[in-house]
Amino acid sequence: MAGLKELLTVRGVSKRFGAQQALADVELHVARGEVHALVGENGAGKSTLIKVLAGAITPDAGSMLLDGQPFTPRDPLAASRAGIAVIYQELSLAPDLSVLDNVMLGRERHRAGVLQRGAMRKRVLEALALLEHTDITPERKVSELGPGARQLIEVARALCSEARLVIMDEPTSSLGAADVARLFKVIARLRERGVSVIYISHALEELSAIADRYTVLRDGAHVKSGAMADTSRAELIEAMVGRALDDAFPKVAHHPGEPLLELDRICGARLPRDASMTLRRGEILGIAGLVGAGRTELLRALFGLDPIKSGAVKLAGVVDHGKPPWARLAQRVGLLSEARKEEGVALGLSVVDNLTLAGLAQSVRGGFLDRTAQRAAAQRWIDTVGVRTKDPLQPIAELSGGNQQKVALARLLHCDADVLLLDEPTRGIDVGSKAEIYRLIGELAARGKAVLMCSSYLPELLGVCDRIAVMHRGQLGAARATSEWSETAIMQAAHGAAHA
Amino acid sequence: MLKRALAVLGPFLALAFVIALFAILLPGQFLSAYNLKTVATQTVIVGVCAIGMTFVIVSGGIDLSVGSTIALSSVVSALLLRDGASTLTAVLGGIAACGALGVVNGLLITRLRIVPFIVTLGSMGVARGLAKYLADEQKVDAPVGGLSALMAKTPDPAWLLLSPGVWLMLVLAALAALVLTRTVFGVHALAIGSSEPTARLCGVRVERVKLSIYALSGLCAGLAGSLQLARLTVGDPTTALGKELDVIAAVVIGGGSLAGGSGSILGSLLGAFLMTVLANGCTLLGVPNYVQEMLVGAIIVAAVAADQLRRKSAV
Repeated sequence: MAGLKELLTVRGVSKRFGAQQALADVELHVARGEVHALVGENGAGKSTLIKVLAGAITPDAGSMLLDGQPFTPRDPLAASRAGIAVIYQELSLAPDLSVLDNVMLGRERHRAGVLQRGAMRKRVLEALALLEHTDITPERKVSELGPGARQLIEVARALCSEARLVIMDEPTSSLGAADVARLFKVIARLRERGVSVIYISHALEELSAIADRYTVLRDGAHVKSGAMADTSRAELIEAMVGRALDDAFPKVAHHPGEPLLELDRICGARLPRDASMTLRRGEILGIAGLVGAGRTELLRALFGLDPIKSGAVKLAGVVDHGKPPWARLAQRVGLLSEARKEEGVALGLSVVDNLTLAGLAQSVRGGFLDRTAQRAAAQRWIDTVGVRTKDPLQPIAELSGGNQQKVALARLLHCDADVLLLDEPTRGIDVGSKAEIYRLIGELAARGKAVLMCSSYLPELLGVCDRIAVMHRGQLGAARATSEWSETAIMQAAHGAAHA
Repeated sequence: MLKRALAVLGPFLALAFVIALFAILLPGQFLSAYNLKTVATQTVIVGVCAIGMTFVIVSGGIDLSVGSTIALSSVVSALLLRDGASTLTAVLGGIAACGALGVVNGLLITRLRIVPFIVTLGSMGVARGLAKYLADEQKVDAPVGGLSALMAKTPDPAWLLLSPGVWLMLVLAALAALVLTRTVFGVHALAIGSSEPTARLCGVRVERVKLSIYALSGLCAGLAGSLQLARLTVGDPTTALGKELDVIAAVVIGGGSLAGGSGSILGSLLGAFLMTVLANGCTLLGVPNYVQEMLVGAIIVAAVAADQLRRKSAV
């Protein structure tokens, strides 16, 4: 058994969520003691594949072998018992517990319910020694540790669970350079011990530094596998994005006019860093970038949901250094949130209340809310935007995601926003609704509105925007005409390769 | 559609059921004019507080300080009366003190970002202690004079039918219902309770609205304190102990969700009535006090369980 070279074999795994094919006939081979890079764009199916391996999702079809044995984990516990440990992007540690308690959480050693602290402590110390980090004492509270050290605790936890396969999902997204180097050393130690690692990262330069082999996923399907040494970064990007632009982008003629919004070296609490740009009336400006590059933070700081630390905003000729959301709305700036269910709409309220919440004052007569006027106003936008709803007074929770998003967008129309900040406007909604939203955005620009749109979906940026700027680690590159960009060029800029 | 109708009808049906039950068990006695007046008058204190509490709970908060606030108000008004202030000045003084307490609650919650439970748990103790300090740990005898007419079971002009305090509560409730459903402030309160991030995104000035809500709750409790003074004719620093739980129970029985985003003034009043009716009927039946307590407890849990079921089926 131990002679087998291949630790994990995944063949023909498919998974469908409703109308969306998340994984289609995926193949993955991970050798013992190798670091295997799993790459692909956002939504390519990497997360779904991890969840299948971790036992959180049961695939519709396909087979998996672990160490030559059929592997069909029923739940995360079964996968963990089989020797698979997953370290997620958002760390899953209990901050108020000690290092020791976190590492041993769920696998405490005990005799008749009484913890054997000594034995547990020894185990944790061994793991920390293996990772060459005896500087961390098991009694420290996790909340006192930095993000890099927390990552190590997660790895120690994997070691203590006798993991044979450690899956790391974007482990460096919250780490500084020194912590990244430390983590790479730890990964090397794991490899020496014969532990396999599946490493997921958007940072391609990291992959060439650490991975032995790679697998590329695109639109839920396996595209390419090979040895890291035999491939170039450009080849990887080609494999990730190589997709023809379909014509799901209805064009509405519009012409950029005078500048409406100018940002001068905006800095947020952490991100963005020195973001400057100019947005014109009748223009759609796209911002591309990796998850965590600071796009959302830029929009939120601009709208006043997050503080602006320094820099100036010039809006229709008036300069300020940050204003709260209600003041921005009064200046006719509106934000469409990327977190639809948590922030974009209030699920408990009706469609009418959601749509008019930012502009209730329009329906006030003599100090009281004229519900009839409010409803009529909402109905007008429901018709304009094409929200499919049985009854405008029904709770918005009963609508589909696409229709909820249309209500959130209609809200910006209702309060007559001149500047529309759209954060991932089509995330998680179906293709039909997407096309309708693109048409709507085009029509807004045609009416002289200024649209600033963040998206991780490159075809959408290339299909809808007049100009595109790319954000990399909090820094916003110069905006260039869409005709000057290709998916490959955007991805390269997003990875910091060719900084414009 | 049916579910939404049930949410409004639930407290109505429960109240009607309990009234019918006692009407059958206590023929002639329970539904007598005198007893109904008694029930109405007994509901006033909790009912008035529940009006303010509805705004608090709808916005996703909680106010545990109202019981102590009632006592503080009654003591402050009694002291003012004793010092020769006019009835109106004394009542307004008591209410103003409680409004100020509500503002402090609101400021702590919005400025220091401490959860409402903790802030109002603290002010519950502080207000009670303050009331005892001001009253020198004794009941404050005061010339309440005309004030006691407010809570007379049989009102002075007989055509009023119910005591002036009951009418005061009903008028206030009607106004509050209008504010909750027909003003920007009311919709903003609901929006905050439903999803605070969304409210902020839509330009709702969350801090300002919350501050007003806790001030409003303080004012309502202050008014309830004046009515309590009218009823007891002394300022009592130990009165209304644990009353905040009755008030919260009334709102919850009336369809208010502690998670925020739902609740109605009418429902809260019905909840308050339900609890008084239950207590009154049980007393008339000679059911021991401890059974009443268990009954009220069971009803609170049942009301919340019904609320949970409703929510689950809605998603």
